[in-house]
Parts: sequence; C-alpha cells; structure tokens
Amino acid sequence: MKTFITTLILLSTLSFVSNASENPNIQNAKIEPTDKVSLLRGAKHFVTYCLGCHSAKYMRYLRIALDTGVDEKTVLKEIAPEGAIIYDQLHSAMNKHDAEKWFGTQPPDLSLIARSRGADWLFSYLKSYYTDPKRPFGVNNLVFPDTAMPNPLWKLQGEQRASQRKTIWGEYTELVLDKQGTLSEKEFDLMINDLVNFLVYVGEPVKVERESMGKFVLLFLSVFLVIAYLLKKEYWKDIH
Amino acid sequence: MKIDRFAQFGNWIFERFPLAKVWEEHMTHYYAPKNFNIWYFFGSLALLVLVNQFVTGILLTMNYKPDAKLAFDSVEYIMRDVHWGWLIRYMHSTGASAFFIVIYLHMFRGLMYGSFKQPRELIWIFGMLIFVCLMAEAFMGYLLPWGQMSYWGAQVIISLFSAIPVIGDDLSLWVRGDYVVSDATLNRFFAFHVISVPLVLVMLVFMHLVALHEVGSNNPDGIEIKKYKDENGIPLDGIPFHPYYTVKDIVGVAVFLIFFATVIFYMPEMGGYFLEHANFIPADPMKTPEHIAPVWYFTPFYAILRAIPDKFAGVIGMGGAIVVLFLLPWLDRNPVKSIRYRSGFYKKMILVFVISFISLGYLGTQPATPLATTFARIFTAIYFAFFLLMPLYTRWEKTKPVPKRVTEHHSLEEQLPAILEEITEFRPTESEIGDPAFRSSFFNRRPNAEGILNLLNRLAKNLKESLD
Repeated sequence: MKTFITTLILLSTLSFVSNASENPNIQNAKIEPTDKVSLLRGAKHFVTYCLGCHSAKYMRYLRIALDTGVDEKTVLKEIAPEGAIIYDQLHSAMNKHDAEKWFGTQPPDLSLIARSRGADWLFSYLKSYYTDPKRPFGVNNLVFPDTAMPNPLWKLQGEQRASQRKTIWGEYTELVLDKQGTLSEKEFDLMINDLVNFLVYVGEPVKVERESMGKFVLLFLSVFLVIAYLLKKEYWKDIH
Repeated sequence: MKIDRFAQFGNWIFERFPLAKVWEEHMTHYYAPKNFNIWYFFGSLALLVLVNQFVTGILLTMNYKPDAKLAFDSVEYIMRDVHWGWLIRYMHSTGASAFFIVIYLHMFRGLMYGSFKQPRELIWIFGMLIFVCLMAEAFMGYLLPWGQMSYWGAQVIISLFSAIPVIGDDLSLWVRGDYVVSDATLNRFFAFHVISVPLVLVMLVFMHLVALHEVGSNNPDGIEIKKYKDENGIPLDGIPFHPYYTVKDIVGVAVFLIFFATVIFYMPEMGGYFLEHANFIPADPMKTPEHIAPVWYFTPFYAILRAIPDKFAGVIGMGGAIVVLFLLPWLDRNPVKSIRYRSGFYKKMILVFVISFISLGYLGTQPATPLATTFARIFTAIYFAFFLLMPLYTRWEKTKPVPKRVTEHHSLEEQLPAILEEITEFRPTESEIGDPAFRSSFFNRRPNAEGILNLLNRLAKNLKESLD
C-alpha cells in the first residue's frame, strides 16, 4: 500500500509537470498601470498606429482623461483623432466590408486583447515581425506565424530578418535587424512597452482603483476578524 | 408607553406566526455537538456564498442582456460604465468558484467523518442533489458572458447528449433549441440560470437543513450525542447552536471573506482559472479555439469523460462518477463513522482518492496528449475503484474502539502558547535587558533550532501514525 501511494504521488506530480512548456520567443513587458505618462504616450501611439484598423470600442476618450488626470481639451487635442468628441468610444474609421477585402478578415477590437493574450505576448508579438516574401504583405511573425496583420511599425523598428541558429540545445530562429529604423532599439522597446501598457489599462480601466481599494477592504476585514474572534472566545469561555 | 406598544405589536405577531417557536427550535434549542472543528465551517459558508450569488446575480441581471448580439457588450458595459459593476461582476464570478471550493470541502468533511451514514442518508442525498443543481447552475451561467469559452464549452457539453443512442440527436437539439449553440440557447439558459435552478436550489437547501435538524449534526468523533442526555433531555455533549455556533461561524465568515476579497481585489482571473483568458474574446461560431477546457470545478469529471475512449461510454463514465457519490451511504459497509477510528487502510484509500481527484482536476485543464490521457485513465480507474470496491474493503476493516462521549481535542489556539514555548528559547540580548520596551517575555525569545526539529519530528510521526 505504501509503495502504491508513493507511486501515485510521483505519478501525480509527473502529470503536473508533463505539460509544462513555454514559447521561447516570449519576452517580458514591464506593465506599470500607475505610470500615467506612459499610458498617455501609449494612448497617443494607439491612436496614431492602431486606430486606423483596430477599434477599442469599450473605451471612451473621457475615461482616459479622467483616469490620467489630463483635462478633456488636452486629450481631444493631443490624443484623439480630428473630429472626435470626448464621449466617443475609440472606434476605427475602417468599415467591415473594406477590411475583409483588404486583409481577408476584420481586425479584432482591441479593448480586451491584453486580457485574452496577455501583456508579454503582445509585447513580443509587436517586436517579432520579419521579412518574408511569401506572405501577402511581405512580413511574417515569429510569435504568431502567418498573421494577417501587416507591420504598421516597420518604419520605426526597421527591417528584421529571420535566421536559423544552431546551439547545443537545438536549433532556433533568431531575428536580426537588417535595416535600422527611425527609432533605436531601446526607443522602440519603450514605445512598444507604452503601447502594451495602454492596452492592459484599456483591458481593465478599473484595475488601479480596484487594487487600491482592496487594501482598505482587507484592513476592515482583519479588524472584523479580531473582534469576531474575541467575541467567540468570550462566549465559549464556559464550554469544556 | 412606547415600549408597551412594541410589546403589544410583538405579541400580535407571535399569536399569529410561530416566529419565536421556529427560532427556538432551530437556533437556541437546537443542540449541536461541542467538538466541531475547522471542517464544520463550510456548511454555513456555503449558505453565505449562496446569498452572495443571489444578491450579486440579481444586480447583474439589471444590466445584462440575454441576447447573442448584446450579451458580451453588456458584460463589458457592466465592467466599465455601471457604477460598482466591476465589483458586482467579480463578486459573482469569484463567488461561483468559491461555491465549489466550499462545497467540495463540505463534501469531503462528510466523507471523512461518515456524515452520510445512517441516520443521515437523506441529508447526503439532498446534498448531492444540491451539488448536481449547482453544476447545472454554474454550467448555464457560464454561457451568459458569451465569450469564446462560454460558447465552445457549451457546444462541447451539449453535444454529449447526442452520444446517447436513438434519441441523442433529437435530445441535444431540444436542449439547444437550434442546431448549434445560438441566441435561443442563450435565452433559455438565462431563464434556467436566473429563475428555475435557483428556485430548486433554495428548496433543496431548505430540505437539506430540515433533514439535518431532524436527526442532528454528526461530529468529528462520529458518535451520536443524543444517546447521552441530562435530566432535561439535553444532550450532554451538545451546546445550543445559537449563540455558540453563530458566533463561531462569524469567525469563519471573517476568514473566508479575507480570502474572497483578496481574490476579488487582487486576482479576479485567478491566473485564468476563475475567468478564462479565452473568454475575453466574443463568441465566434466560425472559429473553434485550439484548446477547449471547462472551468476548473468541472475538470475532474471532464478528465474522466476524455479518459474513456468511446464517446457514449465516456458520458456514462462522467455521469457514473457523480451517481456513485449518491450511493455512498450504501457502499460504505463499516458502522464506524469517523475517520479517527477507521483502519489505516481506509485512511490510505481516502488519501489515494484525494490524489486522484486533484490530478484528474488538473489533467482536465490540460490538452489531451497521449501521455496525459494515460495518466487520466489510471486516475479514473482509482476514482471508481475507491467507491465500487468500498463494500469489500470496508467490511473487514480493523477499526479502533469508538468512545462513548466526544473527545477533547486541543485546538490550535490552545496549543499555540506551548508550541511557541517549545520552538523558542528565552535569550534576551544585552540591549533588550536594559530596554523596558522589550521586557515582555515574548520579545525576549529567540528561535530554538532543537525545539523546531523536535516539533517537526513529532508532526511527521503523528502523520505517519494517523495513517496506520
């Protein structure tokens, strides 16, 4: 029986680890939802580079203004596209019909993309485009092979090329920068990080408020626990 | 004068409604065993979570739209534009998972202390019916946000009905109201989730409690306290439920709420287990996700379903895994209730069962690779062996003598001072002797390596002995 239990525990741990595998191409984004300047930069990048095709229809410009503490006029002037009003949601101007004609599919709404894909995935995805003449837009992606999305940031990042590298751990694909873009690698990383930071914020705008509120709730509950415990102790004094 | 009026009004009510009588019968004169331990918190906690689900659920319906075109948007509307909507929604989604955690622990308590045995078979049956209802409630509620996982999870589970020979296809069509999961399905699931199943649930909870109060609670020693009564007919080992267990349960509630609030405020998705990542993508009938997994509380049964190669046999296996739980009072042939006085063999069997159940739960969340399927088959076999072989191995168990009265077990809070004394030693530093702030003996104590080692040794020994 004892050996059976030991085998079973081993078997169970084995089944827990047997599925552990990670995509080697994923890099870590630095998410800082309280960094309002980064969020504003990210919002600006989003409107400039993403909003052409992707909407974020659950998000309003007003919310950005309220959450970052910037006044409404500045948000409209600096971030929102021409003609938008403060109560507008971040809708893309591209219609479904055109989108399907040009890209074969409608670009997804990005309001919740950070919650379904995760920040690290987005960060790595946006950095992992490389030249591939076989694809309709001439680019492919290491993180999301055969993606339908062209690389809107190629001017900034420059052109990357995929090259196979052999190491003792096996063969893997590496991206090499062929042609420098208008931004240095560091600047580009910062830009993508801001953009992803904004997308994470858009995924759940209430997150900062939620986490700061949690402290008070837990503090209240701890005090409540102490009082409840003392009450119980008092009542149970005479039970033996 | 005023007080007189109040008293009159009170009397007017009590003459017409047995409020005081019911309160007395079920609270102040309901005698519960005095030796309940930590496992006995989960019943009252289940009730708390039920109330939480009702209140938050009703608030959610005020802004939710059961329409395939609007459902997903309305949930995001609740999360962003409704005042406190995010909190209500997280309380409801976390509450669903909390419900299953609490219920699984509550059921395991019953398994450990033999609470399902004569004369409490009906309480167990009602409890199992509540469990089945809860699974239906959770399954239908999960479709409502209309995300990818909602949609495809429902698609997979409803299609199981079509595995039933002859009537299968018509049956699944009847359940869905369409050839695929669609607006019709969403609407009927909403109706079931919001009205029918909760009504049944409340009725079953009521019957569960009525049956419990008829025979009285079991306890960690698994003995009937009603056998030994004083001259007034009050069980010697019983204490009134109110105020003793009401104040005690409030402590349990406080601890539970601390965990609950931590999840709600700091990890509402619980790493994709309470809210799955793929469910933040709107349902798309044209795009099947690469990996469909039900929410964690269904995964042990889902793993059993996938472990069995034939689809229909898998459905039978999954259903059987639940049906076999209903039969528990008649499968266990041993008259000794509590695990404290059962044989080492039975304790080991329970341990093996727990390992299998948790492993099945994990495997159900993972893609079905050939290796994982092999594991799942082994654990499925053990799951069924635990129950189906029970009539054999429980009959010839070598049990320990059961005491007549409940035993005194020192609770952790009583043991704590002695344990602290053991693992630390009195050794103030120079500065502390002079400093009046450190005069209290507690701050003058330093960890004692030998004491800690002794304690760990004793714990390991106790653990080993308890399995024999």
